[in-house]
Amino acid sequence: MASIVLTNVDKVYAGGVKAVNSLNLEIRDGEFMVLVGPSGCGKSTALRMVAGLEDISGGEIRIGEKVVNHLPPKDRDIAMVFQNYALYPHMTVEENLAFGLKLRKMPKSEIQKRVNEAAKMLGLEQYLKRKPAALSGGQRQRVAMGRAIVREPQAFLMDEPLSNLDAKLRVSMRASLNQMHERLGVTTVYVTHDQVEAMTLGDRVCVLRDGLLQQVDTPQNLFDKPVNLFVAGFMGSPSMNFVTAELVKDGGTAVAFAGYRLPVPDSTFHDKPGLDQYFGRKVILGIRPSDFEDSVAANGNVSNGWVRIPARAEVTEELGSEINVLFLIDAPPVEHRDTVAAADQGDDTDTSLPLVGGKSLWTARVNARSHVRPGQNIELAVDTHNLHFFDVDSGLAIGHPANIGR
Amino acid sequence: MTTATLEPKHARDREGIQRSPLARIIDRLGGGLLQVVVIVIALFWLMPTLGLFVVSLREQEANTSSGWWTLLTQPAQITLDNYANLLASGFTSSFWNTILITVPTTLLVIGIAAMAGYAFAWIEFPGRDALFLVVIGLLVVPIQIALIPIAGLYGTLGIFGSIPAVVLFHVAFGLPFAIFLLRNFFAGIPRELLEAARMDGAGEWKIFSTVVFPLAKPAIASLGIFQFLWVWNDLLVALVFADTENQPMTKALQSQMRQFQSNVDILAPGAFLSLLIPLILFFAFQRYFVQGMLAGSVK
Repeated sequence: MASIVLTNVDKVYAGGVKAVNSLNLEIRDGEFMVLVGPSGCGKSTALRMVAGLEDISGGEIRIGEKVVNHLPPKDRDIAMVFQNYALYPHMTVEENLAFGLKLRKMPKSEIQKRVNEAAKMLGLEQYLKRKPAALSGGQRQRVAMGRAIVREPQAFLMDEPLSNLDAKLRVSMRASLNQMHERLGVTTVYVTHDQVEAMTLGDRVCVLRDGLLQQVDTPQNLFDKPVNLFVAGFMGSPSMNFVTAELVKDGGTAVAFAGYRLPVPDSTFHDKPGLDQYFGRKVILGIRPSDFEDSVAANGNVSNGWVRIPARAEVTEELGSEINVLFLIDAPPVEHRDTVAAADQGDDTDTSLPLVGGKSLWTARVNARSHVRPGQNIELAVDTHNLHFFDVDSGLAIGHPANIGR
Repeated sequence: MTTATLEPKHARDREGIQRSPLARIIDRLGGGLLQVVVIVIALFWLMPTLGLFVVSLREQEANTSSGWWTLLTQPAQITLDNYANLLASGFTSSFWNTILITVPTTLLVIGIAAMAGYAFAWIEFPGRDALFLVVIGLLVVPIQIALIPIAGLYGTLGIFGSIPAVVLFHVAFGLPFAIFLLRNFFAGIPRELLEAARMDGAGEWKIFSTVVFPLAKPAIASLGIFQFLWVWNDLLVALVFADTENQPMTKALQSQMRQFQSNVDILAPGAFLSLLIPLILFFAFQRYFVQGMLAGSVK
């Protein structure tokens, strides 16, 4: 096992497209690092450069103590799992697993031992003599994992390994991936565009956008303390609600937008140094859907720091345990380049309603006890301790430790 | 409306009660008729081959006095003398010559084209695309324009008339199509498969020999059969470049033709023999035409 360190790594394609731009990233020994971002953000390119499948245009990549910039993949002692599994179709499962070991001239008995161990661990024992064509998607995926495991490499690289599985299988494979990492403790770099996968799997998550590193942190920190509008909008589903608001001081500190006025607790100013510079100025306010609650349904639990605001539910999405309430805010949508980029993922929750006409559509995630129906008025409670503030121009989170001095 | 009409149609079909006898006859005929037509076409197609075979089994006098179909009424005509005579004559050496020309040509074409196709598909080198365009351009060069210059070249090299000369000529003109075919097949192999092999520790040669070549078996087998047949049946190149002692069967058979009469007792068994080998080869490898080896590799 080894750490992987990327220092100022660039990837410039022919034609001058910069896929990865001066990436600095340290993946610690035994860590599960997830690279996440919208498509085209350079995450796969970064992974392939670590693998040695792409040339490095600039900078340095180290695996362990060794600079690997010009080493071919076979000399880097790493294993990779591909999105489409890439199993050798003319070999049986057993031969697929043993292929890498055979090429390394390992003694037959050792190969047999490792293949059997991996097969046992992944529940593939009864399929060893089958060809990949005779396996289901999940089984093929496990063989692809097994091919990496038997090598006992310095690091695993995984390029969206679960994205070809159906939703249910993906969840269970996610759990077994977690378990496997726990057990083997091998440094793992995992690429995905699915932020749920990123949150659940990663020890730390690295958010990339247009080849630029946005933020590297634990999943919880990414969610609670996003460094800029992009990360705030990208992480979390449904994504964060944004509005351009004004920070006011008359009659207690508050943030005002679209006829609403939310008091800002003193602790917020303490946590976000520099926020007090913004009094009387515009900021972009962000509120997570999960920081809303139906004040009636949650009566009693809503007290200190929670503020009630009235709203009219336009659409409700009932998820069983929760309800997503979509409501309109009388303020134009925030058209910052970062929020647009983050919303441009085109996957799961597409919250664009026709004819919202200059208003922003917000989402509140409330308890299923709420029983709110479309068209009903609802009183929502907002947790004012979890308000997020962003600079209107730069899109950076105000008071985030990484942004102080920028 | 009766209740019977509400039943699912297939249920009625299975019972065969509700339907009129006429409908059933038409149904049977429909399936049967198709088979009859196919069999008739196949028999019609086989007729000349069958005739050739029968002719090769009759004495020359019988062949000159009556048609081969009279065998049907006089089975006693059958004799293996023609084959015995054929083997006793110099024809066997031309049979071996054909093999000595065809087998090395096929192997060389497959070997060179597979490696070249791999390079064109998967190795980045300067001028690759331009070179591939040249290969495609060579596809349309007719062999006739090369006969005289190559003959001159062979004369200078001192190999004119030899078997290697014929083989080299066939290889040169077989390669463009073979490279084109295999390159396109290789390019269709998912990139991840090669990358996985690379990660597993394989170099270019290992990737070629353990991943790409086995996967390309269907393409290589069909290319091999075609190449084999072209060279096996070739007359033009043999006529130009092969001496009498190095001549393949096609040329040997051609030399049995006379202006007013032909030696049917030599021609018929010779032609039948020359037809037999490609048939055997085809039946041996035909499954590769049908088999899709790539199923299941990637989703």
